[in-house]
Amino acid sequence: MAALLEVSKLHAAYGPTRVLHGIDFALEEGSITTVLGANGAGKTTTLRALCNMVQTSGEIRFGGVRIDGKATEDIVRLGIAHVPDGRGTFVHLTTEENLRLGAYVRRDKREVEQDFERIYGYFPRLKERRNQQAGTLSGGEQQMLAVSRALMLRPRLLLLDEPSFGLAPLIVREIFAIMRTINQSEKVSILLVEQNAAMALDLADHAYLIETGRVVLSGSADEIKQNDAVRRSYLGY
Amino acid sequence: MDAFLNQVFAGLATGGIYASVALALVMIYQATHQVNFAQGEIAMFSTYIAWTMIDAGMPYWPAFFLTIAIAFVLGVLIERVIVRPVEQAPVLSVVVVFIGLLVIFNSLAGWIYTYTIKVFPSPFPKEPLHVGDHFFSAHQLGAVGVTLVVLALLYAFFRYTPLGLAMRAAAQNPTSSRLVGIRVGWMLALGWGLAAAIGAIAGMMVAPTVYLDPNMMSGILLYAFAAALVGGIDNPGGAVLGGFMVGVLENLLGAYVIGNELKLAFALVLIVGVLVVRPSGLFGRVHVTRV
Repeated sequence: MAALLEVSKLHAAYGPTRVLHGIDFALEEGSITTVLGANGAGKTTTLRALCNMVQTSGEIRFGGVRIDGKATEDIVRLGIAHVPDGRGTFVHLTTEENLRLGAYVRRDKREVEQDFERIYGYFPRLKERRNQQAGTLSGGEQQMLAVSRALMLRPRLLLLDEPSFGLAPLIVREIFAIMRTINQSEKVSILLVEQNAAMALDLADHAYLIETGRVVLSGSADEIKQNDAVRRSYLGY
Repeated sequence: MDAFLNQVFAGLATGGIYASVALALVMIYQATHQVNFAQGEIAMFSTYIAWTMIDAGMPYWPAFFLTIAIAFVLGVLIERVIVRPVEQAPVLSVVVVFIGLLVIFNSLAGWIYTYTIKVFPSPFPKEPLHVGDHFFSAHQLGAVGVTLVVLALLYAFFRYTPLGLAMRAAAQNPTSSRLVGIRVGWMLALGWGLAAAIGAIAGMMVAPTVYLDPNMMSGILLYAFAAALVGGIDNPGGAVLGGFMVGVLENLLGAYVIGNELKLAFALVLIVGVLVVRPSGLFGRVHVTRV
């Protein structure tokens, strides 16, 4: 399979603080790839770098075309939807308005309306709360909303930053199950950043482990699961 | 009773002007957390542009709409050329830029048009209107009408159009807005354009009553600022309500309690009072931050 996303020698920094020191990775079209690592390893920064939200250097190719240096707003238009760290909810807008914003760059109005129903099918809870201010939703509902907002773009690639953060295990399981459905039935490729390594490895096809801004291990999710060092440090058994 | 009603009505008419300018202030404040002190002067300058066109023989309404368009472009240009470079600057630098703009527009108007007052025409009939047993100034009625139409249009724009939604989103959460593809910088410029256009309408509506001179808007800006604070500086609906409240209160107090000389002081007392007692205004959000 062809690589949808190819990253080489990616560096990123916040002012003088360098976070990524030349990482290389690739994501195959249609796959779920996960980036694992401890706090501060550079997982979130990796996703931000892909969308040009931090200072970066290196080469990023999406569908063969270089996207490094493009503005965040233009990268979105290529079909990359980013569920950011902290969910990025528009807290003063309603649930429905949040979803509508997800489809902001789309011009196919009629399909957008259909997508509302599709999304409400995945997350019926959001339909119940569609006229409610998004800031009043529970953490789990806001995470569902964040994922849904990203899906409203009809993305080719979905970047997910710690969707499990701060949520009850049951809700995390629900969200992960829907991720799998979306990946399989809608052919959306997913790049998942997670601290919950066990769940991420169960979902993903492929995994990268980063430590202090460098890729230290990569392979299929099954291989990584078998790795002793990963088991001890990240899976805890 | 008749006199009282007339005072209330006159208050509503000027209140509409305050409401418009307050709304313009709130629009920029919501997006940038900056109070545009030059808002009034931009409105005054736009009114001079309208005066020039009408003076040159253009009929009122084409001049009216052309002025709104010019003010919009002027607002966008100011944001792009002058405000954008200081986007990341400390708040005091920005305040100085705004005050600089205020002085520039004021002097520019004085230099081009001189400081002698000019008569600005009203598009409404001169004869007072007869409603029931009461007589109302047609211009005041018309001004209230225009204000209400502007407010309704703005409400519809922000509530029901994709662009309006994008502007609200960009003001609330610029980072997330970029992630859904909104060009946040342009939304700010658009906000400035709209604010300038609203200001221009307010200027053209108030000029027939107060006459046109370069200092026409300085007092009005103060009232508008009081209105915005009373309503809550981050709440457009509150600012509008605040505008009407300040207009009526100012008029009644001026007529019956403190006299016309102290009216402007009333606005200042209101500003200080609101800031001391209830800084978020009547309808504003109370910001609580966890530390």
